[in-house]
Amino acid sequence: MRTDLAVIGAGPAGLAAALAASARGVRVTLVDAATRPGGQFYRQPAEALAASRPEALHHGWRTWERLRDGLAVSAVRVLTEHHVWCVERTPDGFTVNALLGPEQEEPVQLHARAVLLATGGYERVLPFPGWTLPGVVTAGGAQAMLKGGLVVPGRRALVAGTGPLLLPVATGLAAAGVEVAALVESTGPRRLARHAPALAGKLPEGAGHAAGLLRHRIPVLTRHTVVRAHGDDRLTGVTVAALGTDGHVRPGTERHLPCDTLAAGHGMLPHTDLAESLGCRLDGLAVAVDTEQRTDVPGVWAAGEATGIGGAALSLAEGHIAGCSAAAHLHGTAPGPAPAALKARTALQRSAAALDSAYVLPAHWPEQITDDTVVCRCEEVTAGAVREALDLGAGDERTVKLFTRAGMGWCQGRMCGTAIAGLAGCAPTPAKRPFARPVPLGVLARHHPKEGPS
Amino acid sequence: MNPLELAGARPGPSFTVTFDGRPVEALPGQTVAAVLWAAGVTSWRSTRGEGRPRGVFCGIGVCFDCLVTVNGRPNQRACLVPVRPGDVIGTQDGTGHGETGTQDGTGHEEARHAD
Repeated sequence: MRTDLAVIGAGPAGLAAALAASARGVRVTLVDAATRPGGQFYRQPAEALAASRPEALHHGWRTWERLRDGLAVSAVRVLTEHHVWCVERTPDGFTVNALLGPEQEEPVQLHARAVLLATGGYERVLPFPGWTLPGVVTAGGAQAMLKGGLVVPGRRALVAGTGPLLLPVATGLAAAGVEVAALVESTGPRRLARHAPALAGKLPEGAGHAAGLLRHRIPVLTRHTVVRAHGDDRLTGVTVAALGTDGHVRPGTERHLPCDTLAAGHGMLPHTDLAESLGCRLDGLAVAVDTEQRTDVPGVWAAGEATGIGGAALSLAEGHIAGCSAAAHLHGTAPGPAPAALKARTALQRSAAALDSAYVLPAHWPEQITDDTVVCRCEEVTAGAVREALDLGAGDERTVKLFTRAGMGWCQGRMCGTAIAGLAGCAPTPAKRPFARPVPLGVLARHHPKEGPS
Repeated sequence: MNPLELAGARPGPSFTVTFDGRPVEALPGQTVAAVLWAAGVTSWRSTRGEGRPRGVFCGIGVCFDCLVTVNGRPNQRACLVPVRPGDVIGTQDGTGHGETGTQDGTGHEEARHAD
């Protein structure tokens, strides 16, 4: 298969990018792992569930309708259920390597002159005792299962952690019939208020969520944190406690809340694997881009959460700008993105930065992780084992991994990376994964049949 | 209100799959994980080391906690795999490459190429 521009990821950024480039005469192929476009933000019930009111689970549905209808009348070729594991540079462009879903064993290649990475993000969850119990899910996971499968994990839930995602998750679960016992947010109210002016762009959305919390009578506990999740083979309750101004749990404030579900989340992380294997420079944990959303690798653009967590509206603006730039590059003309998109990006980047500094992780969160808490969920490595490795001289994530196998399992450290870095007392570093997802060895063996030792 | 009512869903007729030998009702379009959640099941794997129960965690295919055996094929992410009529779903013990994993010849490339 050949195309001019391969857009990887059909969430808000990828959709906006594909539509912008296609409208400017570029042959665009939009590649996504899911069964239909939308990404995590516009995730919808499977077609066979025949939902007549999918908008009841969403914010900004009209924007989605515009994107969906635009896509339908566009010349964009959409490849769903394509799980991209690596993008390679070739003499005349790029090769996108994917596995066909859901089995993910049959390889497929797409050749493109240029690539636009809109790979999105995933949730960060800090470990706490009991976080591996069934019934404890990520906040985004609870939302994804609700939006996509129209199911909820239990009857009585706690939504806890930090960040703006907790609000729609709490109201969404409540609207779907779950009793939400509390929304537990570690950030204090005054800290959020201090950043309010810069958050103006987010206020209408935030006001909507606040009304939802009131309507569903969801108690909000700010400057509180989860201390422990209880249960033997399933979650039965959660102990929460207040945080002092110094970031430590205030003794004597612990209280037990019975529940069968805990939806936890502590912000988002960008998916950068494809960018990293292409050699794109990162800025911290996000793909570095210029004002046209170009990475430092010629022919590679990036937009949306992959370039820094900022939400769907920012992703749409960035995607549009990236799509215009890629089209101009392919045609040898000036980019000319919509001025409104440039203006929106500037304003929304400011809001994102404000949110980022408003919602901070509790200052001493690694201290809350008891030695017997499993930190690496895949390899079942406890915090105690990690601390032992640190005592033996391991000073960073990578050395801890070599000592303990933490981060070597199925998820390749995506779930535990932040925690390992936190326990080690160092800043999280990019993981440098050569493949973005597991690949059967047979696929790799057939990949370059003429190469390798003979 | 339940989620199906909330979204005004009118799915086609439900069908039956089995989970660890018992019949479970499934709706067309749902993933294995969604079917199990709807049936009140929240764990369908026991870990390799400590044998601890696990189920959905990230819900979007990133964490691999929800691995399950479907029709004899282990290590399927329940949150991604759509359910089909007659599916035989089973709790995955450890790697899943024990008794149920490779008998039916659908074993993984990894296993075949490991030696």
